[in-house]
Amino acid sequence: MKMKKMHVLLLPVYAVVGLLVFNARKSAVDVPVSNNQSVTSNANIDNAGLKLAPGFSAVALAENLGSPRHLVVTPQGDIYVHLANAKNGKGILVLHDDGAKASLKTSLATFGGTGIGIKNGYLYYSNNTEVYRFKLNDKEEVIDPAHPERIVKGLVGKRMHEAKAITLDNEGYVYVNIGAYSNICSDYDKHDGKGCPVLDSAAGIWRFKADQLDQTYSDGIRYATGLRNVVGITWNQQNNQLFAMQHGRDALHDLFPQYFTVHQSAELPSECMFALKNGDNAGWPYVYYDWIQHKNMLGPEYGGDGKKEADPKYINPVAAYPGHYAPDGLLFYTGNQFPEKYKNGAFIAFHGSWNRAPEPQAGYCVVFQQFKDGKPDGQWEVFADNFAGSAAKTSPGAAEHRPCGLAQGPDGSLYVTDDQHGTLYKITYKK
Amino acid sequence: MKFSGFVLTFILFVALSVTTHAQVKTVKKAAHRSLGAAMAGGKKVYTAICLACHMADGGGVPNMNPPLIQTTYVLGDKKALIKIVLNGFKEDVEINGQKFSNNMTPHNDLKDQEIADVLTYVRHSFGNKASSITTAEVKKVRASSNL
Repeated sequence: MKMKKMHVLLLPVYAVVGLLVFNARKSAVDVPVSNNQSVTSNANIDNAGLKLAPGFSAVALAENLGSPRHLVVTPQGDIYVHLANAKNGKGILVLHDDGAKASLKTSLATFGGTGIGIKNGYLYYSNNTEVYRFKLNDKEEVIDPAHPERIVKGLVGKRMHEAKAITLDNEGYVYVNIGAYSNICSDYDKHDGKGCPVLDSAAGIWRFKADQLDQTYSDGIRYATGLRNVVGITWNQQNNQLFAMQHGRDALHDLFPQYFTVHQSAELPSECMFALKNGDNAGWPYVYYDWIQHKNMLGPEYGGDGKKEADPKYINPVAAYPGHYAPDGLLFYTGNQFPEKYKNGAFIAFHGSWNRAPEPQAGYCVVFQQFKDGKPDGQWEVFADNFAGSAAKTSPGAAEHRPCGLAQGPDGSLYVTDDQHGTLYKITYKK
Repeated sequence: MKFSGFVLTFILFVALSVTTHAQVKTVKKAAHRSLGAAMAGGKKVYTAICLACHMADGGGVPNMNPPLIQTTYVLGDKKALIKIVLNGFKEDVEINGQKFSNNMTPHNDLKDQEIADVLTYVRHSFGNKASSITTAEVKKVRASSNL
């Protein structure tokens, strides 16, 4: 009797619990259904885990490639991928795009590196101190993998920022980034009026002839200086001009807590896009760019305080992005597959930050910057996101993937490498 | 009177012993900094100086800043570890097959106590279990390397 009464009293509780259990089961069944619905509109299963602009879809063409950095895609659909570290003794993988997957054709080169590019029948590639090239046949295949030609030798590589990103122009030159082997030169500049000695052989982009063997510093010219480190570098065909993305300095707050808060140090300085001409000086280590004030500022090591502006002799960036995002890939889109607004605009692969700690890390995405008449036009937007896997994994150690290299395929598809876990993505557009 | 005299003596005795005890404690504290104090001081230094590169969890940054978790650099020779803080680090370091390329700037502007604390903190954090480092040890290494 007593028990029965209790059950009656508990009836509403049972009802609520029952409803909850029913709903939980229902939603568990619902999940794949709702996923399928989103899939039909997007034409792909899960976009390989990426979040993309509307109308775009992505596949993972290959996984576990090692540490793929920059890449090029030939008109025949071959993909040359440069690995940071040689795998099984080979530094370049040659894949073929079979549509939804890529197959490994062969592998080349005895060392890893970042830079790679194709121009006038040659495949150019770099390690941390040299640039080499292979001759290609009419199908853009390497003719003699055992005998590369060395184009440049003896470049400075002192561990920090030693990867040599490269690009080629239409006049027979190869441009090589030689990164500063220092954050802000404070460990080298004696402040004796002679300036930062790192600039003599690094912290700039050097130009060499693309077809002359064994060149050294004295055979090239320092095309642009005052660039701390550039990984995303490309020749803009519309402007016929060199474009480069600079990785800004670190540790404004740690070194100058009297001028910069922890938050300012996370957001500053900007990661900068520079349009470069011969002789330009972007000002490292003396200046930094503040994207919030839209001003080039005097660096705190040289008398700056977060308010004093830089000497106008240093060039300004053409576009600026939040601090420490780490731009590792730059590509101007010239294809016809994507909607009209993407034409001649820039894609930037942001590898993702580490120097925003203790604030949350950021980046880990591919950004699109619209261009008009050869100049950045309006705000940048995130084009492909969630390389890290989730907000909680957005840190250099935990991220599942980190975007690095960008390339455009013959049909206008966009290829993105991930050097964290070796995924090669292809992003396509369907109306 | 007799009773109150006893109470007075007792109170005096207690008071004296407490004072003596406190004195002993103070002397001891100066000679051997307690682990709790070193950890608290070390965490403060770590957060201000080290965290930006080595991260809050001591995990470092792949390819750039070495981790401080279960490495011989952290758990091994104390002198070598103290020297890294004083002199900075610009050598190739390979840990578990990974290379790290960023340079570490010298931190010889830190006081002996701060270096001892932060290294004690690192050797007792992130899953590390190694002995503490004392101010005297830091002083000795600094003197021998003229820093």
